[in-house]
Formats: sequence, structure tokens, C-alpha cells
Amino acid sequence: MVVIEYEAPQSLGEAVKLLSDCTDKPARVLAGGTDLIVQLRSQVGGPQLIVDLKKIPEMMDAVLDENGLSLGPSMCCAELTARQDIKTVYPGLVEAAYLIGSTQIQGRASVGGNLCNSSPAADTIPALIAIAAECLIIGPDGERQVPVEDFVTGVGENCMASDEILKRIIVPLPAAGTADAYLRFIPRTEMDIAVAGAGVSVTLDNNGICTAARIVIGAVAPTALLVPAAAEALVGSDMNDTALQNAAAAASAASSPIDDLRGTIEYRQHVVGVLTRRAAVIAADRVKEK
Amino acid sequence: MAKTHVSTTINNEPVEFLCEPNQTLLDCLRNELQMTGTKEGCSTGDCGACSVTVNGRLVCSCLVFGVEAEGQNIGTIEGIGKAENLHVIQQKFLEHAALQCGICTPGLIVATEALLAENPDPTEAEARYYLAGNLCRCTGYDKIIRAVMDSAAEMRGTA
Ligand SMILES: Cc1cc2nc3c(=O)[nH]c(=O)nc-3n(C[C@H](O)[C@H](O)[C@H](O)COP(=O)(O)OP(=O)(O)OC[C@H]3O[C@@H](n4cnc5c(N)ncnc54)[C@H](O)[C@@H]3O)c2cc1C
Ligand code: FES
Ligand code: FES
Repeated sequence: MVVIEYEAPQSLGEAVKLLSDCTDKPARVLAGGTDLIVQLRSQVGGPQLIVDLKKIPEMMDAVLDENGLSLGPSMCCAELTARQDIKTVYPGLVEAAYLIGSTQIQGRASVGGNLCNSSPAADTIPALIAIAAECLIIGPDGERQVPVEDFVTGVGENCMASDEILKRIIVPLPAAGTADAYLRFIPRTEMDIAVAGAGVSVTLDNNGICTAARIVIGAVAPTALLVPAAAEALVGSDMNDTALQNAAAAASAASSPIDDLRGTIEYRQHVVGVLTRRAAVIAADRVKEK
Repeated sequence: MAKTHVSTTINNEPVEFLCEPNQTLLDCLRNELQMTGTKEGCSTGDCGACSVTVNGRLVCSCLVFGVEAEGQNIGTIEGIGKAENLHVIQQKFLEHAALQCGICTPGLIVATEALLAENPDPTEAEARYYLAGNLCRCTGYDKIIRAVMDSAAEMRGTA
């Protein structure tokens, strides 16, 4: 385990200052620690400065109103998934958070940590892109807002500098007739990392015709990918089998998965198409239930 | 490096300890406070042997720094029943032979208590999902689940 110096500031201003003043050693922010503590344990040396964000009130709350959702990125997944109001509006995001690890892991793990760790298999990232979520980032030079699909830039990499902090996750209120869904495939029912995942948001008019869609695939490329061709296959259709099959084919074609013991390239390409189709059907059913 | 002083509450008692900032809560409980009821399996969040509650929420103590316990309310297996006066869940684990080597047992009992506090009448599927982060290499889980379901019934007064 790396030697650390631990700070738990009470405000974001203090946290940013701690990070930007720290020039003599690496500095990391700590949310739930379910990625970070595992990583620090496998390293040696130090010291590193660890800045705990959990004492900062605006990192820990979630506000849902007529503008949509403003999520404190360090709220733990157990608290998020218990929020019935958020689940009603963004069921796909909540089901993605509910898939992370075990009850114990969800008691600490945050959506912000999942996003900032930027793993290709992170479950909430496709779900966030499907609902057009944006990252509000704060740093020494002020704030900027970046769509989630542009935030993650590579395997374990994102657009933030080392003295920046993800301050809020901002999600617009879905248009009328819109619902989302997230599905992943793992070799067992719990406690595993996605072999493939799909986040889908669809908007249907009163006649059941799809007027807009966002389709995102996860774990089958270095980053989660928005697949416009898959969305185009659905728009204008009544979500019939041909349209769904075309969307699935477009998702498979957009993927560039790795080969490993948990799935071959061909297998992952196929499965991501199946997940896309199924998630689109679930999202459409959710619109009809509303 | 100077050790950090931590003031916390464990099983509703005020507790103070000194630790290095990189020691986990699990390490602090076992090696600074000699509270060895909480077990270490994997140290990576996968097995649940180290389960404790922080402000009532079930977590892995191997993925929490000891310094994060400052001002928080920690619950451990030592707060659930006493050798001479076992908790219902402990009694049911014995009755159903829900343990062999026992390494997973404290974590499972802490997790079961958290489950039943949240959901006093879980279905078997709900109990299995809730406890999926508690691994057992010995029992094959069936006896554990029987003990959990029987504990739930007893605690609801419908056994
Ligand atoms: C047993 C186990 C099972 C898991 N299962 C899954 C799973 O099924 N699916 C899945 O997607 N993940 C899984 N994970 C990974 C992990 O739990 C998630 O990625 C989790 O969401 C990370 O959140 P955290 O709050 O714990 O992040 P931390 O570990 O605290 O932080 C992660 C990274 O993000 C940075 N960071 C955190 N918050 C911010 C912020 N606000 N601003 C800037 N940087 C920040 C940290 O510096 C660190 O680099 C699992 C982990 C374990 C141990
Ligand atoms: S020791 Fe903490 S989960 Fe295994
Ligand atoms: S009884 Fe041995 S690990 Fe469960």
C-alpha cells in the first residue's frame, strides 16, 4: 500500500486548492474508494496526497426538478438506487448503478468515481451518455461543462487535469414520451465486470413511432460509444423487428472489442447487438407504461 | 510519519485510536483495536468477510481508510450478540449448521442484520442478491440462506 497523506476538506474551493498547491507529489481525490483503494494497495512508495470529497455537501446530494437531475458525483450508489423519484425519471441510470458490485460495494461506490475511473466496462457510463448527461468540472481556472461522451478519452483516461474535480453530473429532463434502459452481460448473475453493455434512450410519439433515440455500447471498445447509425435505424419506425434488427447490426458493426477469456471478439460483437435490441425494447415498453 | 488520531463511535461506544493514514478500517479494527471479529479474506472488496456498517450502511471495511471513520458510527460483529446471549441470526446460523470454517460468518451475520433492517420480509431471491458479495468456500450457501430466511421469520414473529 502506498504511503498517503489524507485531507478531508469541507468545501470544493479548499479541495481544488489542495490539489493545485500539491506540486511535490501525486494527488488523487477519493470518493468511495472502491477503485482507488484497490489501486493504491497494489502500488508501493509514496507519499501521495489523498483528498476525500465526502465531507463536501454539494458532492453528496442529488436534486431532481423541472430542469432535470443535478447529481452530486460522490453520492453512493446505494443512496442513489433508493431514490424512487430519480428511478422513475431515469430508470436506466439507476439500473446501471444497481449493477455495480455487491451491496457492500454500492454502499461506497459513486457514479462520479465510476465515470472518473473511466474503465471501458464501467456500467454507468453508457447509461449516462444515453440520457445526454454532462460533466460539470471545476478547477483553479473556473468551471467547464463537457458531455459524458467527450469526457472519457481512452482506457482509464478522461479530459480532466490533475487539479480538476468533477463537481456535478447534469442530466436534462427527458422529453415527453422518452424512457431509458441499460443492460449488461456477465457470465454470472452478480459480481462481475461487463463483457458487453448497452444503454438506450428512445422517444416515441402518441402513435408509437420513434422520433429520437440515443444508443450507447459499453465494454466493446476503449471507451463507451454513442452509435448514431443504430439510433437512425429506429427513428421513423414503430420499433418493429426489422428496425430493431438493423439497430442491433449497427451496434455490432460499431464495436471493436478485445478477445479475452471472458469472450471472443465475435461473441462480444454479437452480444452487444442483442443487448442493444433488448434494451431498446425495454425502453419502449417503459414509454408505453408511462 | 506522525500517526493520525481518530475519534469515532463503534457499536455505539465512543472509541479513539491512532493509525497511519493508509491503514484500512479493517486493519485498524483488527490490529489497532484488537477487534478481530471482523475477518480479512481478499482485501479487494470481493469477498465480504470484512463487512461492517458505516452510519448504518453495509460496506467492506477493507475499502475504507481508518481515518475516514472520524466522526462516523461504525457497526461490527462485536456489536451483534454476546457469547452468553447470541443474536437470533447467530442462533439460527448454529441451528442450521450454516458455517464450517467460519471465516465468512461474521461478515454474513453483519450483512444479514443489515438486510433484515432494510427488508424484514425478503424473498429468497432478494436475500441471495443482497448477500451476493459475501463469499463462502465451505457451505454451498443453502444452509446460510435457510438460516437467513428462518432468522427473518423469527424476527418478524412469524416462525
Ligand atoms: C468487488 C468490486 C466489484 C465491482 N463491480 C463493478 C461493476 O460491476 N461495474 C462497474 O462499473 N464497476 C465495478 N467496480 C468498480 C468500482 O466499484 C466503480 O467504478 C465505482 O463506481 C467507483 O466509484 P468510487 O466512488 O468508489 O470511486 P473511487 O475509487 O473513490 O475513485 C475512482 C477514480 O475516480 C477519481 N474520482 C472519483 N471521484 C472524482 C471526482 N468527483 N472528480 C475527479 N476525480 C474523481 C479518483 O481519483 C479515482 O481515480 C467494482 C469494484 C469492486 C471492488
Ligand atoms: S476482505 Fe474486504 S471484501 Fe474481502
Ligand atoms: S464457512 Fe468457511 S468460508 Fe464460509
